[in-house]
Amino acid sequence: MSKAIRNTITSFIVPILFIFTWAIFATKLNNPMILPQINQVLNNFVHATDDFIGLGSIPRNIIVSLIRVLLGYCVGVIIALPLGIFMGYKESISNLFSKFINTLRPVPALSWVPLVLAWFGLASLATFFGVPYGPKQVFFDNFKFAMIFIIGMGTFFPVVSGAAFGVKNVPKTLIESAKVLGASNRDIFFKILIPAAGPNIINGLRGGLGSAWGCLVAAEMLPGSLSGLGYLITHAYELARTDLVVTGIICIGVVGALLDYIFVVVEKRRFSWLGR
Amino acid sequence: MTQEYIISLKNLCKSYNTKENLTVEALKDINLDVKENDFICIVGPSGCGKSTMLRIIAGLETATEGKIIYEGRELQKPTKDIGMVFQDYSLLPWRTVLDNIALGLEFKGVSKNKRLDIASRYLELIDMTRFGKAYPYELSGGMQQRVAIARALANDPHVLLMDEPFGALDAHTRILLQKELLRIWERNKKTIMFVTHSVDESVYLADKVIVMSRNPGEIKEIINIDMERPRDRGDIKYATMTSKILKMLEVS
Ligand SMILES: Nc1ncnc2c1ncn2[C@@H]1O[C@H](COP(=O)(O)OP(=O)(O)OP(=O)(O)O)[C@@H](O)[C@H]1O
Ligand SMILES: [Mg+2]
Repeated sequence: MSKAIRNTITSFIVPILFIFTWAIFATKLNNPMILPQINQVLNNFVHATDDFIGLGSIPRNIIVSLIRVLLGYCVGVIIALPLGIFMGYKESISNLFSKFINTLRPVPALSWVPLVLAWFGLASLATFFGVPYGPKQVFFDNFKFAMIFIIGMGTFFPVVSGAAFGVKNVPKTLIESAKVLGASNRDIFFKILIPAAGPNIINGLRGGLGSAWGCLVAAEMLPGSLSGLGYLITHAYELARTDLVVTGIICIGVVGALLDYIFVVVEKRRFSWLGR
Repeated sequence: MTQEYIISLKNLCKSYNTKENLTVEALKDINLDVKENDFICIVGPSGCGKSTMLRIIAGLETATEGKIIYEGRELQKPTKDIGMVFQDYSLLPWRTVLDNIALGLEFKGVSKNKRLDIASRYLELIDMTRFGKAYPYELSGGMQQRVAIARALANDPHVLLMDEPFGALDAHTRILLQKELLRIWERNKKTIMFVTHSVDESVYLADKVIVMSRNPGEIKEIINIDMERPRDRGDIKYATMTSKILKMLEVS
């Protein structure tokens, strides 16, 4: 048996055991409030395109959540990436920001909610661009600034740390050997520091995306949210539909893992030179 | 323009302030004249300032006092005419061998085709044509060091500074690379300043061996090695030279 096939089989053992345990307990307990039956959950996926508890289909909720996460992620990255790179590059910039950032880092995204609501209220892409009332407005109103802010916060810390650490820890001899070959400061920055820090930067971006996706449920618990996987879970809980809760959880997990997989592919392709 | 010396160090001093507020005199009053095409080896106990001397000449460090005259003019900042090879190779791991060799040419703004052309020539010179597309992690230490030497040479420097370039290699590879370096040096006619811990290596390679002592880092003796190349390690004169230098290092 080839190693690839064996690895694939190995990776399925735990999920299958898990599903078995779930099935056994669900039948034994026989109480959908505590643990839904597997077939109930499967049924939700079979009818994924139906309208669930008035919140729309599963793909639609996934897309809304995904766009929210990507918007917040982009905002977070746009701020964190250059800041992290410059913090790694110049010690003075690092001194300026690092204490402040390290103090804010442990604060959970959720604790920002009251403040963020006070700042942004229910403002969304729809209100910002003045989209006239209609289906388009309903769609764009899903993307509230408050949510984007919370998700951006979640993105910020891993990305800034990864970039700062990566640039700071570029071996000094690489920089010196470039200098004696006649590199300008610009050459050193773009041709030595950035590529050398690449693996750590990507690692930070990867952690940032995971964290952004993790902040989703918190962001979608904000008032004014009317769709998305996080909201689906909250609302399903209120209606005692644990099968839908589990459905939502599975979607969050699978989509999150797929997003993470993008980075696995990038790392394999771009960083083969690490020789691992 | 005729100059007697390509590089002259004039009263070069370098002191460092340590964290405990002590002053370390890494170099004190170094005076040294290097003729063009000379192969100079520098030996001395650990901490006597060998690396510091090369790093100042390379422009990676500034002297506390004194100056360096290069081709008749005072050297102020790093120049592409002076190349350096480090002990740890320091190749860029994300670049192929060929792209590593072409690095300096890229900084100079040489067009892509031309620099790959030149890089291939140096790849041939180090006898590694098969490895142009390999990445550094795929190479042995000796091969990486050869690439580092080719990278420095591709820039066509007049002076090549080498700081214990073969220090991390096994004895066999080391001897091979010494021969190879001599071959390249005889063919390309460079001025080489080569730091080593191995007295044998210095006697095998150098026209002149600079013996240094530490605390403060000073030049103790300059020894001319007047022996035909390739030198024979079994030769009686070779053995005498080696033990003479070893004795000097013992008392320092
Ligand atoms: N950046 C620095 N800060 C403080 N002291 C330094 C620094 N660099 C070198 N020194 C000191 O200067 C002295 C000479 O160092 P140098 O590295 O030139 O020695 P070396 O002859 O190359 O030694 P080795 O053979 O071990 O490489 C040492 O005492 C060292 O501690
Ligand atoms: Mg040294």
